[in-house]
Amino acid sequence: MNQIDVDQTLNSLADKLRPLLENKPVMIGIHTGGAWVAQRLHDILAMDDAIGTLDISFYRDDFTRIGLNPQVKASDLPFDVDDRHIILVDDVLHTGRTIRAAMNEIFDYGRPASITLVVLICRDGRELPIQADVIGETVTLKPNQEIKLTGPDTLALEIQEVGA
Amino acid sequence: MTEDLQFGKDGRLHHFLSIEGLKRETIVEILDTAESFISVGEREIKKVPLLRGKTVVNLFFESSTRTRTTFEIAAKRLSADVINLNPSISSTKKGETVLDTIDNLEAMHTDLFVVRHANSGAAHLIANHLPPHVRLINAGDGRHSHPTQAMLDVFTIRQYKKEFSGLKVAIVGDILHSRVARSLIHALNILGVPDVRVVAPKTLLPTAVELLGVHPYHNMYEGLEDVDVVVMLRLQRERMEGALIPSEQEYFRVYGLTEEKLSVAKDDAIVMHPGPMNRGLEIDSAVADGPRAVILPQVTNGIAVRMAIMALIMGGNVARERKGKE
Repeated sequence: MNQIDVDQTLNSLADKLRPLLENKPVMIGIHTGGAWVAQRLHDILAMDDAIGTLDISFYRDDFTRIGLNPQVKASDLPFDVDDRHIILVDDVLHTGRTIRAAMNEIFDYGRPASITLVVLICRDGRELPIQADVIGETVTLKPNQEIKLTGPDTLALEIQEVGA
Repeated sequence: MTEDLQFGKDGRLHHFLSIEGLKRETIVEILDTAESFISVGEREIKKVPLLRGKTVVNLFFESSTRTRTTFEIAAKRLSADVINLNPSISSTKKGETVLDTIDNLEAMHTDLFVVRHANSGAAHLIANHLPPHVRLINAGDGRHSHPTQAMLDVFTIRQYKKEFSGLKVAIVGDILHSRVARSLIHALNILGVPDVRVVAPKTLLPTAVELLGVHPYHNMYEGLEDVDVVVMLRLQRERMEGALIPSEQEYFRVYGLTEEKLSVAKDDAIVMHPGPMNRGLEIDSAVADGPRAVILPQVTNGIAVRMAIMALIMGGNVARERKGKE
């Protein structure tokens, strides 16, 4: 995965997002990797509103199977969601379940005007009809592979073999 | 016995019965989780879907307003269906035993019981009786234990004092009858608070109270000197048998918390009380309504702490039961 230059990808994402700024959107990053990506994009785009972060642990669909994530953090949306255009940021779009949970949580804060999904990496393996609007890189992985963003000081991508 | 019942085979919290037997990491995990639930209570829609479709029965054999209400709100904010029962005025009056009441409610597919009972050990007795997929939280049993109150107390202390190391905490009043005091002392010890004091007349202290890991005082000015936290307890008039205090006026004069007595504590000391307060008996109104009282924040925190405990013991049921069958 060394061929993906994260900084370069972030810059190209920011370029694609620039036209959206006329709607005065607010940016929300999904904890943890998505929040890192959102912070970078927020800086590059010099957005005015404070950045929001979501921890979707309370909205996961696997709570009855695996229980609560022990590292759950509070969600923080320091703005009114009602009628705002939201740029929702995650590091990797995989099954789509995280995004489903995140959208449910956002609607518990209010009714946004729109949500645009931005991901650094779009990989295969969707389990829900959810697609990203703005994509950094698209990758296809083997079923036993996962792609993970590490940070927060230096963002880098690594591919891990899981459950061998 | 406590430990076996409280933890499942996978080492995770299964029931929440007492502070005794909990590890420091478990207590800190509950506090951290509760912190993230605080924000849920502050937003427009105060609900998360974690316990959607689960049935929670609040079974209060002994009456309660604050604890029962905050448990009810906590369960509802987790999207559970909540039923409140006060069997002392229904089935038990007709002669049904506690375990028969439990069996009947369990037959209605209850997922979680929250139980308060006047007898010490009632929660353990019921937990021991429940099938493995049903959970129980002890909301106070006799003089023994009130672990969720202790958790919200240490949550409040951490909120205002940040760290437990270096703290001096004084628990004042009717220690003898208080399950709150017992649970709180265990929690403070496990969290490493170096100086835990109990301040009370000899008649309201259990014998050999030092064995609990506390320093006993009989004088308020000595006991409150330089403390960071003052926890006032309710004088439990209904549990008093015989003359344990000379008179209520005399008790207030010697042990009632006034601004004057509080002046020997640290300037930034906080004053807590589990409620319900007897104003003019264990606490003066000027203190209860004063700037150092955090009695109402305790109530607010109680919701988040109870949400955290419910979420932690109810999560992962399916996997755990599947594992159990293997």
